[in-house]
Amino acid sequence: MKGYMGVDVGSVSTNIAIINEEQEVIEKLYLRTEGQPIKAIKKGLMEIKDRVDCEISGVGTTGSARQLAGVIIGADTVKNEITAHAVAASTVVPGVQTVLEIGGQDSKIIVLRDGVVVDFGMNTVCAAGTGSFLDQQASRLNISIEEFGGLALQANAPVRIAGRCSVFAESDMIHKQQLGHNVEDIIAGLSEALVKNYLNNVAQGKEILGPIVFQGGVAANEGIKVAFEEELGLEVVVPEYYDVMGAIGSAVLAQEAVNEKGRTDFKGFNTTDFNYHASSFECEGCPNSCEVINIHQGDEVIARWGSKCPKWEAV
Amino acid sequence: MKVTFPHMGTMSIPVKSMLKELGLEVVVPPPITKKTLDLGVKHSPEFACLPLKMNVGNYIEALEQGADTILMGGGVGPCRFGYYGEVQEEILEDLGYDFEMIILEPLQGDWKELFKTIKLLVGNIAITKIKSAWQKGWAKAKAVDQLNRIANQTRSYLINRYRASEVYERGLKLIRQAETIEEVETKVGLIEEEFNNLERDEDFEPLKVGLVGEIYVVLEPFTNLQIEKKLGEKGVLVDKSIYLTDWMEGHLFPSFLKRDQEGKKVKEVAQPYLNHFVGGHGLESVGETVLYSQKGYDGVVQLFPFTCMPEIIAESILPTVSRDLNIPVLSLTMDEHTGEAGYVTRLEAFIDLLERKSRKEKVI
Repeated sequence: MKGYMGVDVGSVSTNIAIINEEQEVIEKLYLRTEGQPIKAIKKGLMEIKDRVDCEISGVGTTGSARQLAGVIIGADTVKNEITAHAVAASTVVPGVQTVLEIGGQDSKIIVLRDGVVVDFGMNTVCAAGTGSFLDQQASRLNISIEEFGGLALQANAPVRIAGRCSVFAESDMIHKQQLGHNVEDIIAGLSEALVKNYLNNVAQGKEILGPIVFQGGVAANEGIKVAFEEELGLEVVVPEYYDVMGAIGSAVLAQEAVNEKGRTDFKGFNTTDFNYHASSFECEGCPNSCEVINIHQGDEVIARWGSKCPKWEAV
Repeated sequence: MKVTFPHMGTMSIPVKSMLKELGLEVVVPPPITKKTLDLGVKHSPEFACLPLKMNVGNYIEALEQGADTILMGGGVGPCRFGYYGEVQEEILEDLGYDFEMIILEPLQGDWKELFKTIKLLVGNIAITKIKSAWQKGWAKAKAVDQLNRIANQTRSYLINRYRASEVYERGLKLIRQAETIEEVETKVGLIEEEFNNLERDEDFEPLKVGLVGEIYVVLEPFTNLQIEKKLGEKGVLVDKSIYLTDWMEGHLFPSFLKRDQEGKKVKEVAQPYLNHFVGGHGLESVGETVLYSQKGYDGVVQLFPFTCMPEIIAESILPTVSRDLNIPVLSLTMDEHTGEAGYVTRLEAFIDLLERKSRKEKVI
């Protein structure tokens, strides 16, 4: 059996998905990146290697470390996460017109019409309402992140929380908590505030039509999903593999790429036997002081980036 | 007197020549680097926009190299730029620098003010000298804009797209060194020929993207993270809606000399969406987007510094323009971040969007 693998290395999580030729997910993996993308990629590959018995015919990478992952794994396609998410959503829910995606550090909206992306938005300067902030609030309230969303559904009277800025939101939550409001009402209020902020800050008046797909790590949060449905007055679909959609999209793109070029550059799972590491130095050629990063495979430098000029481009 | 002025793209090339021709000693600030940005950010008000901060960085670096007079542009609002000269003067005085600040206000009907400013700089000077300085500066300004246009028109077609920037940079150097107007013209011809001799893929059909937005970040590659080069090397033909020569015309030419046809047209086509001046280039951003759509461009990228009021107005109008005319618009806010990952992600996604859209339209 042939399989295509997608690897999405984000700031918070590293996800791997393997699809078959019918673009159905046969295996998936969700790992925390823990600030060490190379380690996470190796660990992920090692784990998934034992779980599947198909031949990997193509590999794609995406996410903020897509370039790094691409070099290590030998990717057939290296694509940005907006395109990957859009491709995944339209593969899983044909006819989707709006994708709401909230991940660890960023949130985006993708508007599709007739299967083609026609507009997108991404949070620019503010991370209010992303997974990291919810994580932080859950741990402040000593509630596991898995329970967090469910609690919002038990609220009777959600309180009003300022959602524009995570610093304001936190101080507002603390004020309400100290007045005696119960935790469920505060969490529900926070969910509503985050949804409103998302719609104002990320969606910014874009035309939101159904079917709507909600994906990314935060889609696990039932409270946010319900808040979206109430605010939009439309049904919101959370796909089965909501947390690895970037990886799925990347796998679909890999399949397309391999079909076109007729072979794969995948280095094989043995990649994990190699010793990969990165080193960096500050170039002293000019006051730009570029931070140049070397990616080593054993003793050999296999890729290098980070400089503004071509001085270090050749490996 | 040693005169300096802020950088804005390739502006230092014509301005230096002009000032030298007036008999002044000129200290061009060192090229903008992260150090310039750090100095500017450190000493400027947090809420000011990026251009103010970059200017302050340029001044400090130039003053450290011995400059004692700063030449800065003025303005009449509502964009905050008109007040920047004054604010920057205060900042540098607080830092203990000893210098003179001369602010060139835009011509509002008469030349008297401009002559007064020039007098401040150079004392009594023959009017013919001013004329020849202007002509030389203008020739160089036109030359660098011309090279930039050629580079942007050519880059995406090249077999080796990286060559475009090499040739362009070499061309800038030649213009910088040229002594006479004739030499400037010869050098432009030379570089143009060199561009024409680069190997091209004649069958390639690039996507076409127009750049609109606030003039400083559109013209200064350091602040826009080299968007023309980035898009061009990904195979996109880029066109800028503003050039330095346009700004000079708007600011320094008396109205009867302006070939303002283009300006009138921009206002005309912006009319259904925005019918009055909002400061800076806000109105132009709206109008130029309409024009790009009429010219058959695939998309428009709007660039502006974080907190830029005129462009925020344009940003909120552009989605309507985009929907009406079926032309995708990507608005990008520039600030002091030098990490390019998020920026590149958006550009790549935008190109994918344009590509898939145009492929679909061709099928239909």
